[in-house]
Amino acid sequence: MTTTPAIEIAGLTKSYGEYAVLKGVDLTIPAGSIYALLGSNGAGKTTAIRILSTLLRADGGSARVLGHDVAADAARVRESISLTGQFAAVDEILTGRENVVLVAQLRHLSEPKAVADGLLARFDLTEAGGRRVATYSGGMRRRLDIAMSLVGQPPMLFLDEPTTGLDPQGRMEVWNTVRDLAGQGTTVLLTTQYLEEAELLADRIAILHEGRIIADGTLAELKALLPPAKVEYVEKQPSLEDIFLSIVGSNS
Amino acid sequence: MINDTVVLTGRSLRHILRSPDTIITTAITPVAMLLLFVYVFGGAIDLGSNPDQKYVDYLLPGILLITVASGVAYTSYRLFLDLKSGIFERFQSMPIARSAALWAHVLTSLVANLISLTLVVLVALLMGFRSGASPLAWLAVLGILVLFTLALTWLAVIAGLAAKSPDGAGGFAYPLLFLPFLSSAFVPTDGMPGPVRWFAEHQPVTSIVDTLRNLYAGQPLGHSVWVALAWCVGVLVLAHALAMRTYHRRMSAC
Repeated sequence: MTTTPAIEIAGLTKSYGEYAVLKGVDLTIPAGSIYALLGSNGAGKTTAIRILSTLLRADGGSARVLGHDVAADAARVRESISLTGQFAAVDEILTGRENVVLVAQLRHLSEPKAVADGLLARFDLTEAGGRRVATYSGGMRRRLDIAMSLVGQPPMLFLDEPTTGLDPQGRMEVWNTVRDLAGQGTTVLLTTQYLEEAELLADRIAILHEGRIIADGTLAELKALLPPAKVEYVEKQPSLEDIFLSIVGSNS
Repeated sequence: MINDTVVLTGRSLRHILRSPDTIITTAITPVAMLLLFVYVFGGAIDLGSNPDQKYVDYLLPGILLITVASGVAYTSYRLFLDLKSGIFERFQSMPIARSAALWAHVLTSLVANLISLTLVVLVALLMGFRSGASPLAWLAVLGILVLFTLALTWLAVIAGLAAKSPDGAGGFAYPLLFLPFLSSAFVPTDGMPGPVRWFAEHQPVTSIVDTLRNLYAGQPLGHSVWVALAWCVGVLVLAHALAMRTYHRRMSAC
């Protein structure tokens, strides 16, 4: 384990004209963890991710990714990160395989085709790999999108609302993928509006509200902020999701 | 940077190969104009000083410029779609040269336009276009068309970067399509009324068209070649600078 945190943000601010989106964000993310950034729409999650991935300049404060300053050392940051944005950034006209090969070539890997085949297999896209992405389902696109992000094994992965717009099966596929990644030492910063998703995946959770981090810690620590749990007896009914998945026969 | 540009150009060339309709539709309008003007209006057009000249020989240079003007609209469109789809953001967050993504679109435009231009020249040959131009003159024609395409493509890049909708991205090309009509492309400028003639003789299309026509006919080039080159290089440099500025602003603002 390295001692450098994956992310160190101090006093980060960003405004669009008069409208202040980030009003001084402080956050440290240890390497190798899954960190969930929670917040309602417009809380500034995407803005924060865009600054961390060098797509946007902050107005004030500092942000370091794996020790590299995002403003002063953007090129080094880009070498160590991968971004999966809110909308699957895949090329619809190319095939799935060509998409992964493209990213591998742009990352200057020596054997782009072998890398692509490996990732397609890992994401269960080997068969679909020869088809144009335009024919893919939403879940397949997301899987391909994440596969493209993993080319070259960047140590820091940003997932901006990775399951928005996916059906329950697609969502579970993404969850399983994220868990696998963290098992291999990749640091994952994911934003989500689904509290369940954060609860299931994240080692630590930060809540971004009105441009500031108002809570930060493990799920247990966050739970401790509330009054002690009351014991209530509730009959356990299967949720609609349980019913849907057992009828459709999902094995994930 | 060159390596990244080559990879990304390969990508957008694949787009073109998979939708060859974009090249064909680029060539259709100019070919239709060629047919219309040669076979319908051509008989009534008085070429004045040079009555032996075939109208198709006179017309082709202007039609070639129209081909490029309609072809570059697809560059704006493709660029707009790339920005919209998020794939540009993926490229931007990767360790690749930032201008490589733009250059890839520009080089792709060059390839696509050269294919369309070849199609139009082939049709003109079928219609009786002949040229005794030397290989060197043909090379000069190619060089001027490449410069012209690059200049218009960088204009198209600005439009694609600034557009808010796909229609807006392609719409900038309409005035460009119109310019050749107010030039020596279709008829000699001698017969135009004063102010129109002044405009026609001082806008870029006339000097470029005259240069191409003289190259094809093996005539001396005169000073029009320098005016033509100055226009092409001037627009190219200016449009490139503006496009890069728009690009950096857009990339840091959204």
